[in-house]
Amino acid sequence: MEPIGQSGKPVISKRIDHFFITVYAIFGFIGRFLREVVRPPFETREFIRQCFHIGNKSLPLISLTGFITGLVFTKQSRPSLAEFGATSWLPSLISIAIVRALAPLVTALICAGRVGSSMGAELASMKVTEQIDAMEVSAINPFKYLVVTRVLACVVCLPLLMCYNGLIALAGAFVDIHLNEQTSMDTFIQNAFTNISFLDLMSSLVKVLIYGFTIGIVSCYQGFHATQGTEGVGKSANVSVVASMFLIFIEEVIIVQLVNMIR
Amino acid sequence: MKSFIPDINRQETVISIRDLYKSFGGNHVLRGVNLDLHSGENIVVLGRSGTGKSVLIKVIVGLLYPDAGTVNVLGQEVPELGVHALRALRLKVGFCFQNGALYDSMTVGENLAFPLRRNEPGMSRKERDKRIEMVLEAIGLSHTIGQMPAELSGGQKKRIGIGRTLILRPAIMLYDEPTAGLDPITCTEINDLINEVQHRFKTSSIIITHDLTCAKSTGDTIAVLKEGRFIRRGNFNEVFSSEDELIREFYEYNFIQ
Repeated sequence: MEPIGQSGKPVISKRIDHFFITVYAIFGFIGRFLREVVRPPFETREFIRQCFHIGNKSLPLISLTGFITGLVFTKQSRPSLAEFGATSWLPSLISIAIVRALAPLVTALICAGRVGSSMGAELASMKVTEQIDAMEVSAINPFKYLVVTRVLACVVCLPLLMCYNGLIALAGAFVDIHLNEQTSMDTFIQNAFTNISFLDLMSSLVKVLIYGFTIGIVSCYQGFHATQGTEGVGKSANVSVVASMFLIFIEEVIIVQLVNMIR
Repeated sequence: MKSFIPDINRQETVISIRDLYKSFGGNHVLRGVNLDLHSGENIVVLGRSGTGKSVLIKVIVGLLYPDAGTVNVLGQEVPELGVHALRALRLKVGFCFQNGALYDSMTVGENLAFPLRRNEPGMSRKERDKRIEMVLEAIGLSHTIGQMPAELSGGQKKRIGIGRTLILRPAIMLYDEPTAGLDPITCTEINDLINEVQHRFKTSSIIITHDLTCAKSTGDTIAVLKEGRFIRRGNFNEVFSSEDELIREFYEYNFIQ
């Protein structure tokens, strides 16, 4: 009997076969990551270089989007609260929205776009120009050097970026509230953090860790399995972003449900 | 032609391939390949595009797994090796890629230092620099040490690719289309370098090409691959005395061109 797929004929249909093969391959990829991440030697230098690329170089974009998010969200929320004479609740409302949802999601989406596309394209380009094979034949483990370092850097940097994004968003909100309601910074901070619970902080941290892992794994998988020459590089970058964003939204829905069950 | 007589030991086989089969889906690329590479010998594998020449050397170095057959390299069966044993074997088998496959984000010096840092962690920086200097001098590109791959010409990239392979002092060299896409003068330089490597570093090599000038000047043995099998083997004159249509076409195309 011929093994499945060896004949070149699809088992169910070409697309469904491809979907299940890809899902299987991604789980294999995750399994390999979990094995390799605990095995020495550790590529510290490359890990730090990746942290610099992911973290430091994302700061301008994260700052801008964070500030605008806080500012615009405050402006949009004010009329609704003003109808009930409850504009004093603005700091509390904004901070809950930022900590629970906006900061993790905005950070993850920005990183999926900026970091995901660059990682997908970089690894794909290395794949199609045989640089990954060159590492293999030089007795270097390319998975450890390229994938483990990048995924770990995503997991480490995203929570830091999220904290930064949240603080900048709160600063944006404070600017608007201070200009309109003349609220002092002390009052703003007091009101903003009164209703933030430990569960809110922990759920956001867990969420962003998962998002970081998702962006890293999806982008590295796409890059590592690129085909079709330069066309494949563009495709990998594109799929890395789209698939990461899609999975982030699905994960968001699942985690929110789980947290609401605990709350 | 070579300016030296290669020191070939016909008693010692460094690569032995028997009944090698490899397919991709329904495309049967290798159909029962047999090959012996002796110590100190350069074998040139000639064949048209798509006949499985590159697949053959990728199987030798364990980048691809054969469907059937045995691949014995330096006394070890490659398809049966575990990850660590395969990595240890790869230190003794150098693979030169068609386009050099240099790491874009590293300078020439870093490209050469990278395999050394990973595989010989105990080596001091001074020793490492000395080895890099020696290899760059051997390939005639000492002045490029601080340059990025994007600043190099196609021929220079290939030479650095060969240098990066030599830095680990392999016993066997596998060259994938070393002269493809180069002008005739650079081709001659690469051919001379391949001979220099054989002479100076005492390597045994398999050279994949469809360039007969390269085959003639670097090969001690020529093997012609057609439809997944070797159809002719011997020295240059023996092979090209054949009346086989493919061999005649190859000869006429290369030399009349």
